Amino acid sequence: MNSPSLADRFRDGLWRENPGLVQLLGLCPLLAVTSTFVNGFGLGIATLAVLVASNAMVSATRRWMQPQIRIPIYVLIIASLVTCIELIFKAWFPALDRSLGIFIPLIVTNCAIVARAEIFASKNPVGSSMLDGFVMGSGFAMLLMAIGLFRELIGHGSLLSRLDMLLGGEPLRGIVITDGGWLLAILPPGAFFSLALAIAAKNALDRRRRRGGAAHRPARRTSM
Amino acid sequence: MNGIVKGGATLAVIAALCTALVAFTFVMTEERIEANEQAWLERSLQPALSGLFYDSGVTESMIMIPPPHGLPGSEAAIVYRVYAEDEAVAALFVVSARDGYAGPIRFLVGIDVQGNVTGVHVLEHRETPGLGDRVETSRSDWATQFDGRSLLDPEPTGWAIKRDGGQFDQLTGASVTPRAIVKAIRDTLLYFDTHRDEVFTMQAESKE
Repeated sequence: MNSPSLADRFRDGLWRENPGLVQLLGLCPLLAVTSTFVNGFGLGIATLAVLVASNAMVSATRRWMQPQIRIPIYVLIIASLVTCIELIFKAWFPALDRSLGIFIPLIVTNCAIVARAEIFASKNPVGSSMLDGFVMGSGFAMLLMAIGLFRELIGHGSLLSRLDMLLGGEPLRGIVITDGGWLLAILPPGAFFSLALAIAAKNALDRRRRRGGAAHRPARRTSM
Repeated sequence: MNGIVKGGATLAVIAALCTALVAFTFVMTEERIEANEQAWLERSLQPALSGLFYDSGVTESMIMIPPPHGLPGSEAAIVYRVYAEDEAVAALFVVSARDGYAGPIRFLVGIDVQGNVTGVHVLEHRETPGLGDRVETSRSDWATQFDGRSLLDPEPTGWAIKRDGGQFDQLTGASVTPRAIVKAIRDTLLYFDTHRDEVFTMQAESKE
């Protein structure tokens, strides 16, 4: 495997191999917390931080890692990092922590994290692994934010409400477009519909680009 | 055999490192977290005390009334006494309405010594998002309609939502949640009416 370029790796994490959109990993938090943008953002950033740190630690200890004990080591590392993130949220973003509740500790169960540890960090140097964690984490976080934004707009009729949970201060209602929206979007089924729409949109975009690309230049052979 | 020892040792070292990391973070955040909890509690009491002047440290005047107490909710009721220069001005009841749409609704009712509601603030609930959750002060002004009301205004029979012939607004598409809350506020007012002296003379719970 020759090392892919930086742009290529970002394209992988954010689009081609997006952990949520393509690999469909970490769906439980994705579906549960994305009822508003701020919630999606909070969990996205928390997951991103855990992913970068866990990739770094797994990569740093990979020389001593024996195959038989690698899984318990991943579990140890990820669980301690998630505990740290939870404490940090409680200390600096208490309102957000209250709003996300159990889903911060549940980052432990996000298979996207253990997947990156196994697939990438256990075989690559620290810097590269951290970049991988950042790219994949960003892809996941952006999907959470996008779905949060969409569901909040349709379901609550508002944009960016409760930004105070990030910035502190008085509760903010954000940009209110209509008072109350289409309820379905913020109920659990709305999460599934929104994710389905996001996946469909991605596939449609990909297909159009492939068709458009084929018309202009000779078909590109993709090797992955 | 050697492999097992080596594996075990590696695992032990990494476990120790991880524990150290968590312990370090805990020590770094402990103080802030405790301050946040305290601030959150004080702040969540505020909306139920609108328009009152009172001494700080409301959380230190907490009492717990064990069941059966006649207040809404089946667990021990938490009451904060509010003083201004050592003079009782109000009492804050943490009550739960048990007949909500989805599980109990925990909320604060502030009542001044004359028996007027100083504010209602929902703390915890599992009502339907977009319908019942508009009882939250951060989502709509519904809960402000109780400010200044008492058992004389309206009479106890008027303490119901309009659909049931009372005087209080329900929410469009949700009447179960408002009905439960109105009833719980009325019950709290009735309790305060008969137990006023007890509430203010009880010994505060020592914090442990």
